[in-house]
Amino acid sequence: MPEHAHGRPDSRETVSLYVVGLFLLVVLPGLNLLPAEDSWLHLSDFRLNQFGKFLAFAILALGLDLIWGYCGVLSMGQGVFFGFGAYCMGMYLTLQIGTESVYGSELPDFMVWTQVKELPLFWYPFKSFFGGFLGAILVPVLFATLFGFLAFRSRIKGVYFAIITQALAFAAWLVFNRNETRLGGTNGLTDFKQLLGYRLSDPSTQRALYLITVLALIAAYLLCRWIVASRAGKVLIAIRDSESRVTFSGYTPWMFKLFVFVVAAGLAGLAGMLYVPQVGIITPAQIGVLPSLEVVIWVAVGGRGTLIGAILGAVAVNYGRSVLTNYFPEAWPFILGGLFVVVVTMFPDGLLGMIRKVTDRKPPSAPGLQADGRTAA
Amino acid sequence: MLTGLDRVPSTVIAVVLGAVLSIGLSAPPVRAAEQPESSAPTTASAVSALDQALRDITSEEAAIRSAAAAVLIEQGDARLLPTLDAIRAEADRAVRQTIKPVIDLLKNHANLTSDQSDTRRSAAADLVGTGRPEAITWLEEAAAKEPVWWVKYTMDESAQLIRLRADDPAVRLVAVKKLGELRSQNSVSALKEFVEAAAQSGATEEQRALADAAQAAISQIDAWGWWASSLETLFRGISLSSILLIMSLGLAIVFGLMGVINMAHGELMMVGAYATFVTQQAFVAWVSPEHFDWYFPVALPVAFLAAALFGWVLEATVIRFLYGRLLETLLATWGVSLILMQAARVYFGDLTAVIAPQALRGGVQVMVGVYLPFNRIFIILLSIVCVLGIYFLLFRSNLGVRVRAVTQNRNMSACLGIPTRKVDSYTFAFASGLAGIAGWALTMVGNVDPGLGQNYIVDAFMVVVTGGVGKLAGTIWASLGIGGLNKLIEPVSGAVYGKVFILVGVILFLQWRPQGLFAAKGRNADA
Amino acid sequence: MTDEQLILNCENVVMDYDGFKALNNCNFKVHYNELRVVIGPNGAGKTTLLDVICGKTKPTSGTVLFGKGTNLVGKNAEDITKLGVGRKFQAPSIYSNLSVWQNLDLSLKRASKGVFPTLMGQSSPAERARIEEGLETIGLTDHAHARAGSLSHGQKQWLEIGMVILQEPSLLLVDEPVAGMSDKETEQTGQLLTKLSEKQAIVVIEHDMDFVRQIAKIVTVLAEGTVICEGTVETVQADDHVREIYLGRAKVAH
Repeated sequence: MPEHAHGRPDSRETVSLYVVGLFLLVVLPGLNLLPAEDSWLHLSDFRLNQFGKFLAFAILALGLDLIWGYCGVLSMGQGVFFGFGAYCMGMYLTLQIGTESVYGSELPDFMVWTQVKELPLFWYPFKSFFGGFLGAILVPVLFATLFGFLAFRSRIKGVYFAIITQALAFAAWLVFNRNETRLGGTNGLTDFKQLLGYRLSDPSTQRALYLITVLALIAAYLLCRWIVASRAGKVLIAIRDSESRVTFSGYTPWMFKLFVFVVAAGLAGLAGMLYVPQVGIITPAQIGVLPSLEVVIWVAVGGRGTLIGAILGAVAVNYGRSVLTNYFPEAWPFILGGLFVVVVTMFPDGLLGMIRKVTDRKPPSAPGLQADGRTAA
Repeated sequence: MLTGLDRVPSTVIAVVLGAVLSIGLSAPPVRAAEQPESSAPTTASAVSALDQALRDITSEEAAIRSAAAAVLIEQGDARLLPTLDAIRAEADRAVRQTIKPVIDLLKNHANLTSDQSDTRRSAAADLVGTGRPEAITWLEEAAAKEPVWWVKYTMDESAQLIRLRADDPAVRLVAVKKLGELRSQNSVSALKEFVEAAAQSGATEEQRALADAAQAAISQIDAWGWWASSLETLFRGISLSSILLIMSLGLAIVFGLMGVINMAHGELMMVGAYATFVTQQAFVAWVSPEHFDWYFPVALPVAFLAAALFGWVLEATVIRFLYGRLLETLLATWGVSLILMQAARVYFGDLTAVIAPQALRGGVQVMVGVYLPFNRIFIILLSIVCVLGIYFLLFRSNLGVRVRAVTQNRNMSACLGIPTRKVDSYTFAFASGLAGIAGWALTMVGNVDPGLGQNYIVDAFMVVVTGGVGKLAGTIWASLGIGGLNKLIEPVSGAVYGKVFILVGVILFLQWRPQGLFAAKGRNADA
Repeated sequence: MTDEQLILNCENVVMDYDGFKALNNCNFKVHYNELRVVIGPNGAGKTTLLDVICGKTKPTSGTVLFGKGTNLVGKNAEDITKLGVGRKFQAPSIYSNLSVWQNLDLSLKRASKGVFPTLMGQSSPAERARIEEGLETIGLTDHAHARAGSLSHGQKQWLEIGMVILQEPSLLLVDEPVAGMSDKETEQTGQLLTKLSEKQAIVVIEHDMDFVRQIAKIVTVLAEGTVICEGTVETVQADDHVREIYLGRAKVAH
C-alpha cells in the first residue's frame, strides 16, 4: 500500500500541470510571436509582460501558501521579503544604468539629488549580477531566519505572529521610505536600462524574462510539491491541526515553522527578483502592509492549502485588478475589501474548492482545509 | 457630563496644574521701581508738551523728530495711537521710521494692562525688541500688579533682557544673574555674546567678570532646560499613550472577551472622527455661531453611536460567522477596513479638519520651558475616564458579569438563560463605540482623514500583544510603555527608527513573555 | 522496593495556579511494566499530574524522575517524548486533516525527528510493517486512508492510542481512554492496555469503576492535589478516607 497516496497529486492534477506548463511556455509566447499584430489571436508584448508579472506574484503566493495554507501560520509580512529580493535586483539594475542616467553620473540619480558623494559600501556587492542574484535570495532568507528564529522559538504563534509580521511590514515600509537608507526613498529604484548587457526595453529581452519567470515558477512549484508530499509536509499540516499534539509526537514545531517560513521568504525574494526587470520599478509602496496582505487574499481566493490554488489566485486576482482599475479606478479597494470578507466568510476553500465541489463529490485529495481542522486551530 | 468635558477641565486644570507645578519655581519678587514718579500725562504742561511733540514728529530734521519721539514715549499713552496712525499714514519714509517704534512702545505699554493675559504676555515679550529703558519701568510696574505667574515671569524676564543692554556694567551684571535665576531660555544668545566678547583679546576686567556671570547663568539655564524638556517628553509620551490606550481598550475587549481581532477598529475610529466632523458642519449650517463650541460635546454621543452602529452591523453581517477563528476575523475585518477607508475617501475627500472648541485651544505654561496644550491634557483625562468606565462596566456591573460569563463558557451561559448572541453583539457594538470616542478625541490633535485609523492601528495592536489578552492592567501598562518609549526614542533617532526599535523591543519582550505582560493563567490558559 | 525498579518517581510536586494548588506536595511512584490506575474526584489534579509528567505544564516546585534518574522538570514536551513518555489526551487529539496512515506514520518512533531527516526520509519496509501492525491492533486497517477527522469518536480514541503505541514509549500516560466508548469498545480497550503493560508502564486516569476493576492491579487515589491512598481496588474501596472524599460527591465506590 503506498503510504503517500494522499500526498501525491492525482493523475488529473499531473495532466493539468503539463497542460498549464505547455500553455505558459509555448502557447502564450507563440501567440505573441507568430500571429500578425492586428490578428485577434495576437498577444501584445504588453500583455505578455504583464502576465510575466502575475507569474512572479504566483511564486510569492506559493511561499505564503506553504506557510499559511499548509502550516496555518499567517505571515502578513511577505511583502517585505519580496521587497528585499526586488531591491537587491533593483540595486544591480540601478548600477547597470551607469552614465546613461539623467545626471550622467556613475552614481544613481537619487544619490546625486540627495548629495551622496560616494557609493555606499553596501551597494558594492550589487555591481555584479551574481551579487544581485545571490542577494535577492540570501537577504530575505537570512532575515527570515533571524526573525523567524526569534518569533517561533519563543512560541509567538497564531494571531500574535500575524500582528508581529504586520508590524514588520509597516516598519520596513517606513525605513525604505527614508532617504538616508540610500535606497531611493519614496521614489524607489527605477529607470533601468539593461540586464547582463541586454536592453530591457527590447521586447525579446522581456520575452526571455517571461520564459525565465515561467521556468522559475515551475521550479518553485515542484519544490513546494516535494516539500508538501514529504513527511515534513505532513508535519506542517499536523502543526496546523494540533500543534501541541505534534510536540507529543516528538517533533519540534518551531523548527518546522522556521524552515517553511525561510523557504517562503526565499520564494518571495525570487519573485521580487523576477518582478523588478519586468516591471521596471520598485518602490516602498510594494512592500508595505497592504501589498503584504494582498498576497494573503490571492491565496485565499485561489484556495489555500493547495499549491495550484495559490498560483490560480495570484493570477486571477491580479488579472481582475488590471482590468478593473482600467475601468473603475476607485472601485478596486472596495472589490479587494469585499473579496477579503466574502472569501473568508463564505468560500474558505477558494476558487479551487468551488471547482472541486462542482466537478466531483469526493473529498479533495490534496489536503484542503476542512471544517473541523479550522475550529481546532 | 458633556459640558463638564467641554469647559471644566481646561480651566480647572490650568489653575490646578499652574498652582501645583509653580510652587517653588515662582519668579523672584520684583524690586521696587527705580523711578517712582508716574508718567501719566495728566498735567496741563504735559498735554501741551505732547501736542508740541506731535507737531515736531513730522519735522524734516532728524534731531527734532527723535526728541519729539522721546517725549511721546515718555509721556504719551494709548490715546495717542489713532493720531499717530493718522500721521504715519500720510508721512514720508523717514517720519514713518521714527513713528514706528513710538507706536510699538505705546501699544505694548497699553497692552500690558489688557484684560487678556496672553495679550499682556506678548506685549511684555515684544517690549524687549524696542530696547528702550522706559519699558523697564513699565514692565516692573505691570509685574507688581500681575496676577498670572507666567505673564509676570515674562515681564520680569523682559525687564532684565532690556537691562542687559544698559551702559552701566553693574546693572548688566545684576541682570545676567537675574536671568540665570529666571532660567530664561530667551537670554541664552545674549549671554553667549558676553562670553564671546570676553574671549577676545583686550577684553576688560569688567567684561571678564560679566562673562563669568553669564557662563554661570547659561549653565543654570541649560540644566533647567534639560529637566523641562524631559518633562515635556514625558508629557508627550503620556499623551500618546492615552491615545493608544483609548484605541487599544476597544481592541483588547473584543480580542480578550470575544476572540476577535478587529482590524477595522482603526476605521471605526475614523467613523467617530467623521461623525464629529459632520456634527461640526451641522452646527455651522444650523446653529448660531456663539453656540458653535457646543458641537463638540454633542459630537461625543454622535461619534459613539455612529461607530457603535457600524460595529453592530459588522458583527451581525461578518463577525458572527467567524467566532473561534481568530485569523479569519483578522482577514475579514481587514477587508472591511479597506472598504470603509475607500468609502471615506470617495465621500469626504482626502483632508478635512475639525476646529477645536475655544476651551481646548491653547494650553498652560506649568513652569518655565514646559507648556502643556489643553487638547493633550483633555485626551489624557479622557483615557482615564474610559478606563474607569470600562472597569466599572465589566467588573462591577451585571452586564459585565454576563459578558465575562459568555467569554468563559458560552454553552453554560446559554443554559443559564443569558442571551449569548445579544451579549456578543452588544459587546462588539460597545467596543466599536469606544473606537468612536477615540476618533472623537483624535479630531483635537490632528486632521480627519481616511488614513486616520491606519496611523495608530499597528501601534495599538502592539499594545494588545504586549499587554496580554484579557487583562485591563496589561493594556494600560503596555500602552504607557509603548507610547512612552516612542516619544523617548523619537528625539534621539527620529520617528521612523523609533517605530523600528519598538518593533524589535516588542519581539524581544515576547521572547521573555510570549503571552504578554499579563497572561491569563490557569488550567485552560492555552485551550 | 528500591528506586531501581521505579520508572517514574514524582516527589513533592506542587502546581500552583494563582493560589489554587492543583497539585499539593504530590508523591507518585510507578514501577516498570506496571499498569497503574489513578482515580479521584473532579479537580483532584489527575490531569494536571499527567501534564506535569509529560512536560505540558511546568510545576511550581518538585521533581519528576524518570527511568534512571532523569529529571523531567524543565524539559520541553518533545524532549520528554523522545525520552520515552507517551501521552494520550482526554479529548481525542489527532491530526484531522491527515489520513489515519499518516497520523500513525508521523507518530512512529524514529531515530531523528528533525526537519531535514523528516523532509528526506522515506518509510522503510520495516516501518511500514509496524504501521500495518499498529492499524491491526487498533482495528482501523480498513480506514487506513480515510481522513482522520471523519472517524467516529471511538475510532479517534483508538487512533490516538495507536499513535502513542507506535511511539514505543516506556511510560504511557492515558487520560480517560474509554470516555464515550460503547461497552464492547471499553472492554477491548481494557484488554489492549493490559496487553501493552507487559512491555511498558502505563498510567491510566479513569472514572469508570467497572473499567478500573477490569484492568487495575494497583489504584492510586488523588484528592486535592495529593495521593491519599494507594493499593488494590479492594483496599482502596475499603478505605475510610476515600469513602469520605467520594461520599456525597459522586457515586460511592461500592
